[in-house]
Amino acid sequence: MGQKTVAIVGAAETTELGKIPHMSQIQLHADAALNALADAGLTIKDIDGVATAAHNPVELAHYLGITPTWADGTSVGGCSFMLHVRHAMAAIEAGLCTTVLITHGESGRSWVGRHGPSLFPSELQMQFERPFGVSRPPNMFTIPVLRYMKDHDLSVETLAMVSVIQREWAAKNPRASFKDPITVDDVLNSKMIAYPFRLLMCCLVTDGGGALILTKADRAKDFPTKPVYILGSGESVESPMISQMADFTSSRAFKVSGTKAFETSGISHADVDHLMIYDAFAHLPIYGLEDLGFVKPGEAGDFIAERNTAPGGTLPLNTNGGGLSYMHSGMYGMYALQEGVRQMRGIAPAQVEGAEISVVHGVGGMFSASGTIVLTNSE
Amino acid sequence: MAEPGREIPKPTPETQHFWDGCKQGELLLQTCKSCDHTYFPPRPFCPDCGHREVAVVKATGRARLFSYIINHLPTPGFEVPFAIAVVELDEGPRMMANILECEQTPEALVLDMPLEVTFQPVSDDISLPQFKPASQSTGSGSA
Ligand SMILES: [Zn+2]
Repeated sequence: MGQKTVAIVGAAETTELGKIPHMSQIQLHADAALNALADAGLTIKDIDGVATAAHNPVELAHYLGITPTWADGTSVGGCSFMLHVRHAMAAIEAGLCTTVLITHGESGRSWVGRHGPSLFPSELQMQFERPFGVSRPPNMFTIPVLRYMKDHDLSVETLAMVSVIQREWAAKNPRASFKDPITVDDVLNSKMIAYPFRLLMCCLVTDGGGALILTKADRAKDFPTKPVYILGSGESVESPMISQMADFTSSRAFKVSGTKAFETSGISHADVDHLMIYDAFAHLPIYGLEDLGFVKPGEAGDFIAERNTAPGGTLPLNTNGGGLSYMHSGMYGMYALQEGVRQMRGIAPAQVEGAEISVVHGVGGMFSASGTIVLTNSE
Repeated sequence: MAEPGREIPKPTPETQHFWDGCKQGELLLQTCKSCDHTYFPPRPFCPDCGHREVAVVKATGRARLFSYIINHLPTPGFEVPFAIAVVELDEGPRMMANILECEQTPEALVLDMPLEVTFQPVSDDISLPQFKPASQSTGSGSA
């Protein structure tokens, strides 16, 4: 088993999720940060490390009144927060700081106090992809999927089942944006966005934020909530251009990050009680299950359709309803981490009874980056 | 010329030769003189081994339809729905393209169908490398 040197002792989302036009993006960061500090019983003066993505950590530190000895602005898309957790763990272990605040805030729907996209522009993408009409994630992230569907004989009905089952999880979550049950027919009759992707196979667009506080594991029991230890982690990046990902049926960044996370935590797949796979679109849990090694290539669609990841299944997946039904501000990775923490604390709305190990896997950009965190509540 | 509003590539020193080639009706790749790797997009060194000596080589222009979506989101300079594809060149590299001279439907756009390059002027200086069904193609059927 991994070393468990660092623990998450504070975790919270913004007070509201969804449509928050009365709050600017930096205030969403601050609202989540103040909620996480209250959760941990800390004040802002206890924080000496800051990390955030798609926002300057300088602004975050200044706005909140923090004088850090460590700052991380790694910004590789929606999984940046998994990378921050990993980097913060190394920084705390190395003595660069003691108590790290990681924040996310995104006015993804209302665009209040938001000044650009969450990813750095790519020069090669501007020359060799954008002139062909790609503009937004729904018409970029989806491009490899027909190749996967042909090579692995995945039907669009099976792909639609990902959305159907995640809605079942969302129904258990009072904070989920969408809770009403849907059928495969509902998914396949929803508006066409980018063939073969229909509206209900695409994530929400909302406002919100979240924050985490990390410190040394040997201090973890001094905090009011059940400690959640970081057991292992991984990260990687591949290409800013979807057209240049090496294998259209598998993400190299997923494989590298996932392998490292399993290696460092020393767990096997059978040890995993709870799983989060960042689902910006319906195909991502399929790629994730395969690239993390839970099933063999080509098997994940049927694995989901046969209800293994559904409520009552052996591998509860995306138990908050996911980016498809819970919320998706643009950089959803923070919300996946929050659900992993809730499950390890035993307080999730759709709590997996007795869960001791949670794997939280994120994607950044369009299969451009990845981060994986293994959490545990076991001493 | 393409419809107004479309994003036009702005060549950089490392890519100028590629866009000059397109203007002349040639699709140019690069091959490493050390390891023979042929690659795209352009850069003045080999992305496989880091060697700086590379040769500009002319591609055959033959490719297959590797994957695509049919975009329904409003897009400046395009009439929806239209396909955004990735093609795999006979030489190995893949590139994004639209599929011209072809119905923009799943029935007409069949994965692995043979394609050939065609150049679409979008400004006085820039022609985009695009693809169309290969002239000897028998591609039909369902996706
Ligand atoms: Zn080489």
